[in-house]
Amino acid sequence: MVEVSSTLLFIAFVAYLVATFLFGGAVKSSSSKASKSYERWGKLAITVTIIGFLSNIGYFITRWIAAGHAPVSNLFEFTTAFGMLVVGAFILIYFIYRITALGLFALPIAIIIIGYASMFPKEITPLIPALKSYWLTVHVITAALGEAILAISAVAGLIYLLKNIDMTKKSKQRFWIEAVMFVVVLVLGFIVATTSFTLAGYKAEFNYVNKEEQVLKMEYHMPPIFGMNESEAITENRMQPLMEMPPLVNAKKLTIVTWSVIFGTILYILLRLILRKRIAAVLQPFTKKANSQFMDEIGYRSVLIGFPVFTLGALIFAMIWAHEAWSRFWGWDPKEVWALITWLFYAAFLHLRLSKGWEGKKSAWLALIGFIIIMFNLVAVNLIIAGLHSYA
Amino acid sequence: MDKIVCTCGNVNPAGTLLCESCGRPLNKETAEKKLVDMRYEGSARRSQTYNKTIIDKVWNFFSSVKVGVWLIVLILVAASIGTILPQVFYVPATTEEDIAAYYERIYGTFGTLYYKLGLSDLYSSWWFQGLIGMLGISLIIASLDRVIPLYKSLKKQKTKRHFSFLKRQRIYGIGNIENGEESIKKAEEKLKTMRYNVKREGNALLAERGRFSRWGPYINHLGLILFLFGVMLRALPGFYVDETMWLREGETLYIPKTEGYFLESKEFIYETYSKEESEEVFGDAIDRVGTIAKNYQTNVVLHKGPEGAVAGHLDDLTFEKEAAIQVNKPLKFDNFSVFQMDFRLDELASMTFQLQDKETAESFGEFTINLADPKPVYELSEDAKVEILDYYADFTGFEDGVPQSQSPLPNNPAFLVKMYTPEFPKGETSFVMIKETLEPLGENQHKLAFQSVETRDVSGLTVRKDLTLPILMLGGVIFMIGVAQGSYWNHRRIWIQQLEDGQVVVAAHTNKNWLSIKKDMDAVSEVANLPKYEDQQDEDSKAEKEEGV
Ligand code: HEM
Repeated sequence: MVEVSSTLLFIAFVAYLVATFLFGGAVKSSSSKASKSYERWGKLAITVTIIGFLSNIGYFITRWIAAGHAPVSNLFEFTTAFGMLVVGAFILIYFIYRITALGLFALPIAIIIIGYASMFPKEITPLIPALKSYWLTVHVITAALGEAILAISAVAGLIYLLKNIDMTKKSKQRFWIEAVMFVVVLVLGFIVATTSFTLAGYKAEFNYVNKEEQVLKMEYHMPPIFGMNESEAITENRMQPLMEMPPLVNAKKLTIVTWSVIFGTILYILLRLILRKRIAAVLQPFTKKANSQFMDEIGYRSVLIGFPVFTLGALIFAMIWAHEAWSRFWGWDPKEVWALITWLFYAAFLHLRLSKGWEGKKSAWLALIGFIIIMFNLVAVNLIIAGLHSYA
Repeated sequence: MDKIVCTCGNVNPAGTLLCESCGRPLNKETAEKKLVDMRYEGSARRSQTYNKTIIDKVWNFFSSVKVGVWLIVLILVAASIGTILPQVFYVPATTEEDIAAYYERIYGTFGTLYYKLGLSDLYSSWWFQGLIGMLGISLIIASLDRVIPLYKSLKKQKTKRHFSFLKRQRIYGIGNIENGEESIKKAEEKLKTMRYNVKREGNALLAERGRFSRWGPYINHLGLILFLFGVMLRALPGFYVDETMWLREGETLYIPKTEGYFLESKEFIYETYSKEESEEVFGDAIDRVGTIAKNYQTNVVLHKGPEGAVAGHLDDLTFEKEAAIQVNKPLKFDNFSVFQMDFRLDELASMTFQLQDKETAESFGEFTINLADPKPVYELSEDAKVEILDYYADFTGFEDGVPQSQSPLPNNPAFLVKMYTPEFPKGETSFVMIKETLEPLGENQHKLAFQSVETRDVSGLTVRKDLTLPILMLGGVIFMIGVAQGSYWNHRRIWIQQLEDGQVVVAAHTNKNWLSIKKDMDAVSEVANLPKYEDQQDEDSKAEKEEGV
């Protein structure tokens, strides 16, 4: 069962890749009038997407059966589910608006999310007592669905900005949109770095002293740029850390981040050398067909659709579960606080849009920032500010 | 201020921008605009009308969305600052000095600064709570300021609107068409099949649907206000109880703050996943992480004492029920819930000693000390006994020759005892610890020989009563209803009119989702011959038209 599940996930992954190219074909071929070939490409692309999504759901269900609990209980599982739901949300919005350009950008984001997820330990973990609750399942799935729908607004915002920012003139907006592209490449850098060192089979163990002055063991899977506090090598013939960190800092995670930045930056420079243009400028032609007003509308609409779902999942169900598991419905745990921050942010978004008339570029930027907050909650809060919820 | 009488005869409250009945602009500014602001139908809002007294100023401040958004953003930023370092309630220290020392030790200067600035207890600070309070006030005032005039205005609207109102709508078209009367009739039928609520007044038509969605924001704000009110209620006595209790196996304790309930622990159970039971699925995870907890459970019996029973009196308890408290499965009774929160395994419960002659190992008898409640004297036989002079539950060493105990928990018990035997009727003094014995007043002939210990597990339980929960739940439900109502539905209106000169005007408004209303317009135009409409705000499609794309 576990193997069937992995295979289905792999099929989904490949299908999303193929669908991305098909969407690319659709967007490209349609530069003139609404041609037949445009429709054919588009139909094929969405069909492949749906096949991939069904396979993805197959992964989810088979893994659920194998584990005996919903596969949302560790970082790999949760992030994969989030990627899957982004595709689901895209399909939903696609059938409301039938915009192909959306697929061209939404699918790669889902692919990167799933790729990122598979860098974490993939084994099925049994549930610790606190996670054994029906409410947990309901809470996590609803919250992730809400976040996925909100993510679509960022995709629409991205398309809007790529289309409407003048790439020929120097401007703040041109700089920041390229910065967003750079961050995406950094995530790819993380995937490349992790995969390379895993394929090379790198492993080094160190003893270190933590902040409570206990001696513990830490296993590195990447060459240690930063060493843990007072670390001593256990494995022989391995590189010594270049720099030692105080006990407060998790040097292993810092090393991973640093390697990702190094790989990502190299990747980015290579891309720039090959393309001879800003990445945003390379992507711009793909957005030409998209109608700005449509994109603006989709951006707003997906926040409207996603916000209530997010509220229900990330706040209300979360409170019900927290009350059963920890006896209080709210405890100012970092993960909880960041869910609240996300919620407040989108509330501000809606008010600015409705009452202050923040449409177009402003609204698109806000949608992108919202997505960054969501990803921060998913990545950074789990890895850095570990609270009760931290999976890893 | 005076009421405004419109040309159409309707008497509008002071401050109205668009006549409630016919829609004519009522002042110069509004008349000069190309498009009208339809958000509140141009109704008279208090905040836009009065600005004299202090009350006006306060009202205007809190009813401003700009202020509202600022409050939201400030709370958001403050909340994020609170996640940089752990808050005090997650820090393993209780006294002020220990907490300060903790932040200093673990996080250095930054930690000290964070603590000194009060950021380590940010969420209960006066200013954070003040911000939330202001948000609540803002929600109330902003909602009242808008919902009442909006309601009146929508109620009073006439089917026939003045041309000056129609031409200032975002979606607008005008033209000469053949047989206008006929077209309007066809449009009416079509709109009815599209679930619009259609009204006619002579040659004017108003089709409307989803008006209720306009109340969505106000209903969701009401839910939020209720929620905040519920949170405030906890400050009142009687609404909220939050206590912890440590319950040892075999022990029965009064449950704090309850009316005479007692809890007895039968057993604490701690289980981990074993590889055997689930090798195939969980094997890898267990290999990588080590032990993974599976269950924390306290098997308890709930008892009720007689009226007015208090702690310490365990007589006359009546059995209420047996239960197993697990994480995620609290014990519930009355309005209380008892949660499994923590545990300590294998706490020492009792120690058994033998009074012996050191040389011959002759025994004078055994006795068992209950560490929770040592007796002053243990009689072994007629002329042998052991007197417990002093008991140090958590012995840490001597300070100036005086034994110290750092807590009342029996982590490392030590006793100062006097041993009475026939040879030493005045007793020999000995200091007995787990592993060794000191003889402070010189060499003894007898000793207490350690025989055995018994241990038991301790459950850490949280006792909670929260009478505000139903209010919070209600607030949450109302919020969800309101937010769904405002997000998943929208208010659409389509006006069609034949003017005096025979031209036909179409105009439409929706509070959001303009693409859908355009689709509706197109569907109507398909069956009824109507003039072409234009979106007076769509820059892109205008540009595309010009380019001829
Ligand atoms: C966390 C707090 C808040 C939440 C979650 C919230 C939520 C919402 C939502 C979901 C909408 C509908 C937006 C849309 O449909 O696009 C809305 C509208 C609105 N909110 Fe809030 N709100 C909050 C606080 C405030 C505050 C503090 C004010 C005070 C100024 C305010 C004033 C308004 C106004 C004036 C509207 C527009 C009503 C309309 O034009 O029909 N809100 N709010």
